[in-house]
Amino acid sequence: MAKLVVNQSKVKNIDELISICPFGALENNNGELQINGACKMCKLCVKKGPKGAIEYVEEEQASIDKTLWKGIAVYVDHIDGVIHPVTYELIGKARELAEKINHPVYAVMMGHDISNQCLELLHYNVDKVFVYDYEALERFKMEPYTAVFEDFVNKVKPTVILVGATTIGRQLAPRLAARLRTGLTADCTILDIKENTDLVQIRPAFGGNIMAQIITPNHRPQMATVRYKVMNAPERNPYANGEIIQCNIAPEKLESRVDVLDIIPKEKEQFIEAADVLIVAGRGIKKSEDLGMLQELADLLGGQLACTRPIAEAGWMEAKRQVGLSGRTVRPKLIITCGVSGAVQFTAGMNNSEQIIAINKDANAPIFKTAHYGLIGDLYEIIPDLINQIKAGKEVVIQ
Amino acid sequence: MKILVCIKQVPGTNKVEVDPVTGVLKRNGVESKMNPYDLYAIETALRIKEKMGGSITAVTMGPPQSAAVIREAFSMGVDYGALISDRKFGGADVLATSYTISQGIKLLGEFDLILCGKQTTDGDTAQVGPEISEYLNIPCVSNVSTIVEVQKDSMTVEMDMTTDVEVVKIKFPCLLSVDKDIFMPRLPSYIKKQATKEREIKVITLNDLEDKDEKHYGLNGSPTQVERIFPPDTNTHQEIWSGTSMELANQLYKKLRELKFV
Ligand SMILES: Cc1cc2nc3c(=O)[nH]c(=O)nc-3n(C[C@H](O)[C@H](O)[C@H](O)COP(=O)(O)OP(=O)(O)OC[C@H]3O[C@@H](n4cnc5c(N)ncnc54)[C@H](O)[C@@H]3O)c2cc1C
Ligand SMILES: Nc1ncnc2c1ncn2[C@@H]1O[C@H](COP(=O)(O)O)[C@@H](O)[C@H]1O
Repeated sequence: MAKLVVNQSKVKNIDELISICPFGALENNNGELQINGACKMCKLCVKKGPKGAIEYVEEEQASIDKTLWKGIAVYVDHIDGVIHPVTYELIGKARELAEKINHPVYAVMMGHDISNQCLELLHYNVDKVFVYDYEALERFKMEPYTAVFEDFVNKVKPTVILVGATTIGRQLAPRLAARLRTGLTADCTILDIKENTDLVQIRPAFGGNIMAQIITPNHRPQMATVRYKVMNAPERNPYANGEIIQCNIAPEKLESRVDVLDIIPKEKEQFIEAADVLIVAGRGIKKSEDLGMLQELADLLGGQLACTRPIAEAGWMEAKRQVGLSGRTVRPKLIITCGVSGAVQFTAGMNNSEQIIAINKDANAPIFKTAHYGLIGDLYEIIPDLINQIKAGKEVVIQ
Repeated sequence: MKILVCIKQVPGTNKVEVDPVTGVLKRNGVESKMNPYDLYAIETALRIKEKMGGSITAVTMGPPQSAAVIREAFSMGVDYGALISDRKFGGADVLATSYTISQGIKLLGEFDLILCGKQTTDGDTAQVGPEISEYLNIPCVSNVSTIVEVQKDSMTVEMDMTTDVEVVKIKFPCLLSVDKDIFMPRLPSYIKKQATKEREIKVITLNDLEDKDEKHYGLNGSPTQVERIFPPDTNTHQEIWSGTSMELANQLYKKLRELKFV
């Protein structure tokens, strides 16, 4: 149990204290300082306020035995047996964390007819693959998948569970976390682990302008989701290592109150996440026709066109081409932003790119803090010139 | 049909910054608004009610001033409203938030359908919906992009799975998280706003809930804890180029060649 206690006598200037709280959780109630329900327990008022005015009081609570929980488990995300690549990225991360605390790495896969997939997982340096192979698990359904995952946790007791923040992971992870009454941190961008096996989970918070470091100090397992392309993918080993463990579960646990009536395939889309080169159009683009110029550059570099939110909102490009917090997270080898100011909500979706080049005519644009190479200039002059040079260069090579 | 919609008040702007020198959070503008994704959940509820009849209750958990979003829901056509509010709920993470809301829902009665938005713009986890469904032990489908049909004891919806779309039938009672763009949300009506000015908003505090154990709520009921907050990293290896457009284009072309992109 922990709480904040206000010592009214030490509160000299109420308004000053109120202004410290970024969440509007401090109130002046007839001259008395009060904390309301908006409090996020960031404790800034304790640290930045006058000494002793607000105190953080913690009562001893029974702590759990963390040594009973061992192993870092990764959920194998798949649709119809096609493993989502975020799975491998998480296995790579899991291995890194596991080495620090000397724990094993597990993969958990549920589905139907998936023995080949499990064999493939053994090429990625996992110690054990736990498999639940049942017809009822062919497609993702929240209830049976949660039941299976719960079964795995009860049997194996992993200290950490990592899940890809995919369509499936974003449904399965919270349902499981609530069932296990444990913590879940969404969309972590950095993961680390302490000696005492506490997982250090870092994610953008409050809209992305701030990073929050989150821990789950007294609950196990600790759960986190991570988006695709945030962690590094490990190399595939030529040799298979580790063992596959077939698991059983009572059939009545696989029942569901949801029936899949039909599956409608979507057109094969080009996802910007898959592109090695991205050219991003920002509001520096004045009219939709001008996108043609950027498309030409993208084609010359073998890349794709992406955009910021205002461009998507204007309907000039499809929403699925939007990069950022409310768009897609991308990690191409090269990204060139054209007329993009560099709001944190945008950079949160691309700052892991290998090479970031920014063109903006405003020398003070925040994008220059994120870019590796920043060009202060007019995109309407630079891009056409660049296109001409690339074309000319190509001719030279052909001759 | 009894429908419940979960809505949340969020900061009007997301321009919260950390002062790099003092480490203090800077707040620019404190106005609040309804989480934009929840407008789609409200609209979905209104459309279903128009077809099937019944009533809609909007519920929010937050400080007293968040009752404003319930008022807004009234002016869109929602019938009843409840505010789950207590100092003891402060500092709640996803688990504690979901638990508190599910306790509040139990108090409000039985619902056939519970609707949530896709995500919030401040919490931004998209996890509260599925966690509520677990606490209520009802089936749940997220990423609902289309309502195909509403039957007597179930409904058929489309779930967007990125690579394909699943048409699924889900039994009542159930919880759905709806995607943005499922329906175009209507604007609040001035007439409805005037008509519902005095409408009661039920306030639910810890004492009203079935589980009154303080340890299960707010910071104490939250397995996760924020250890520290800090400004995002800025890139340290960087070059800024200025010059005429031609010089810049030349320099960029050379760099692209050097990096082997052309
Ligand atoms: C919760 C939340 C989520 C959000 N999610 C996203 C998201 O996912 N993705 C996203 O992009 N945004 C997102 N935003 C919006 C974000 O805050 C910014 O408003 C947006 O990224 C700005 O887009 P922009 O850079 O294209 O436009 P602006 O900020 O208007 O910048 C345009 C830039 O172009 C430059 N420029 C103009 N003319 C030229 C020229 N001829 N040559 C060179 N430069 C020129 C200007 O100097 C300026 O810097 C979100 C906001 C919130 C609150
Ligand atoms: N405090 C809250 N009160 C009511 N509903 C909420 C609250 N927080 C989240 N929700 C609901 O859960 C959805 C997902 O929120 P989140 O998990 O925060 O992204 C929102 O769109 C709301 O429908």
